[in-house]
Amino acid sequence: MDKGTEQAEQHKSLKQEIEQSAQQKNSKVIKKLMLIVFGMFGFGFALVPLYDVFCDITGLNGKTNDTAAAYADGGIDTSRTITVQFITRTAKGIPWQFNPVINEVKVHPGEMKFVKFYAKNESDRDIVGQAVPSVSPGLAAAYFQKIECFCFTQQPLQANEEIEMGLQFYVDLELPEEITTLTLSYTLYDITGKVDS
Amino acid sequence: MTTDVLNDHDSHEGEHHDDHKMTGIKRWLYTTNHKDIGSMYLWFSFIMFLVGGALAMVIRAELFQPGLQIVEPDFFNQLTTVHGLIMVFGAIMPAFVGFANWMLPMMIGAPDMALPRLNNWSFWILPFAFAILIGSFFMESGAPNFGWTFYAPLSTTYSNGSTAFFVFAVHIMGISSIMGAINIVVTIMNMRAPGMTYMKMPLFVWTFFITAYLLIAVMPILAGVVTMLLTDTYFGTSFFDAAGGGDPVLFQHIFWFFGHPEVYIMILPAFGIVSTIIPAFSRKKLFGYSSMVYATSSIAFLSFIVWAHHMFTTGMPLFGELFFMYCTMLIAVPTGVKVFNWMATMWRGSMTFETPMLFSIAFVILFTIGGFSGLMLALTPVDFQYHDTYFVVAHFHYVLVTGSLFSIFAGAYYWLPKWTGHMYDETLGKVHFWCSLISVNLLFFPMHFLGLAGMPRRIPDYALQFADFNKWVSIGGFAFGLSQLIFLAVVIKCIRGGEKASAKPWEGAEGLEWTVASPAPYHTFTTPPKID
Ligand code: HEM
Ligand SMILES: [Cu+2]
Repeated sequence: MDKGTEQAEQHKSLKQEIEQSAQQKNSKVIKKLMLIVFGMFGFGFALVPLYDVFCDITGLNGKTNDTAAAYADGGIDTSRTITVQFITRTAKGIPWQFNPVINEVKVHPGEMKFVKFYAKNESDRDIVGQAVPSVSPGLAAAYFQKIECFCFTQQPLQANEEIEMGLQFYVDLELPEEITTLTLSYTLYDITGKVDS
Repeated sequence: MTTDVLNDHDSHEGEHHDDHKMTGIKRWLYTTNHKDIGSMYLWFSFIMFLVGGALAMVIRAELFQPGLQIVEPDFFNQLTTVHGLIMVFGAIMPAFVGFANWMLPMMIGAPDMALPRLNNWSFWILPFAFAILIGSFFMESGAPNFGWTFYAPLSTTYSNGSTAFFVFAVHIMGISSIMGAINIVVTIMNMRAPGMTYMKMPLFVWTFFITAYLLIAVMPILAGVVTMLLTDTYFGTSFFDAAGGGDPVLFQHIFWFFGHPEVYIMILPAFGIVSTIIPAFSRKKLFGYSSMVYATSSIAFLSFIVWAHHMFTTGMPLFGELFFMYCTMLIAVPTGVKVFNWMATMWRGSMTFETPMLFSIAFVILFTIGGFSGLMLALTPVDFQYHDTYFVVAHFHYVLVTGSLFSIFAGAYYWLPKWTGHMYDETLGKVHFWCSLISVNLLFFPMHFLGLAGMPRRIPDYALQFADFNKWVSIGGFAFGLSQLIFLAVVIKCIRGGEKASAKPWEGAEGLEWTVASPAPYHTFTTPPKID
């Protein structure tokens, strides 16, 4: 082997080394960046439960308890009277009549109340409905306790069937002073498709 | 020894550079050369700009007078939606990636981007994304009609059936952006010429560095939220469906957690471009370089904690509204630092007013107007009035059109001599500038008043009292649209010929890109330059 080619060989291997180390440096950075990418993709999904917890604590989105609460017998605070209003709404595409039997009641904090809602399937097919409650102001949602509610379960109604559905609730004694009126809103959705599948 | 070997790089290794020899379409399909890919990005974004602009022309034609004249309301919604998506993801963002590809390696003294193959991929999947998006106009469902913000349940329960195509297109755009951003970060971290420390990098490089990190952080969030949308619409999940225990407001939180950093993704590179151009034509160093770096970083950081200023009217608790209001107003501080730095750079400089400088000065003034209307929107109590009106439309067009887009024009004029080897036609460039400047203000300024007077955004018809202003806005719109054809003419003329450009055609310009010949040779800095 003459001197020239030897040198060229050396050159080549050195250059390869440099390229290799550059590649290693690159792939180290790429790996870290991909970690951020996947981490943030996961974080996006983690926001879903985080948001729920956050809302639970702060009552941010007016969601009420979705399982039955027990009645905490701490007495009744007759010095305060809270107006609880009921409104109902049917989501697009559910041919039901749906309304509260009475539009509002006055309760003292700690006092148990029972009210009724009326629903009728006005179509000629069987439909499963799901009512979703929401309380306004949102901060009061944590103090509105449902002991029994038709919204805890799905409500199937056959064609033209009608029904009266019950709600038993009390307002927590701890309800902040400044809140004097609560609005409980129910939106009724058609979930027949989801139940079938 | 090390430099020695690198010096010989060219002579020893032919096989790396055989993209030289390819011709025709193959050259463009297979190219891994950063300049080729940069050019393709820039052309692609310009074509998208014209397509998105054409949609806007139809929108303005419909709004020329009250009543429904030209399009159906549903089609109108498709127009506004696709216009927004194309301009954001197809025009502004790819244009900046084009700049990054062309200029970053030359500015840091690197021979190419660090990951040239990835670079080829990230460009070539883009046309498919937009083919799908635009193609949906011709499908039975029609194009997406739920706004570029695709709020659930508009895009789920009430979707016209275009959601799947939309989601697929967004996924492809997102993957392209993430790959592009990774490439930028790796290039800047590993390919700087010896001696170029981070604080010696041109500010242009800094802004792209930070933007790339923003992209890497939030594009996956976008991918996540469109995935949830897809499963909600077609696979029975209930992320955003109240009937199944979800919450549509959650959609807005996740979307804007991506969305607000996204608007900074579209403005930080613009800051980089004007921070390059203003010193060049003021013949002074950029005032407060390091404060610019810190301001850019803090804007990027703050952009993660202000998202809910888009959601003041969704019924947040008072504490939340105050928090997001103050955080948003805090962003005005680093932004102000930048504006003052640009002014200080010009102060007592020996300024000349070539087209790139004109666009940059217009940028500083008009972007600031957009910043002020942003501040107004950031005030929670008044946002209840301004939200979802034309005031918001005025705000974001000032920051995006006279902000981002003007910076892109400025950068294009500034580097055209380097790209083509010819000087562009200065007179024609100035005509383009003045036509754009006048028409853009006629187009967007009256929108402030329309919004304050209560005209809602995203509507095909409006009350009679808004008629006069809308007429002028539409005239401004058509004029602005036509003015952009002048730009096309300038670019084509410049590519074809014209006065030969020297290596450094701008007297006050600084940076490594001006040390190589014009047009920049196909391979530059195969030997790293010396930085002192
Ligand atoms: C001083 C800085 C800024 C402030 C304080 C600010 C503030 C705001 C606020 C409060 C809104 C929500 C208005 C509403 O929907 O009621 C908004 C909307 C928007 N801003 Fe800004 N902004 C700023 C800068 C920017 C920049 C730099 C960009 C992009 C380059 C931008 C793009 C947008 C867009 C696209 C929207 C509308 C989103 C939509 O609803 O479609 N903003 N801005
Ligand atoms: Cu924002």
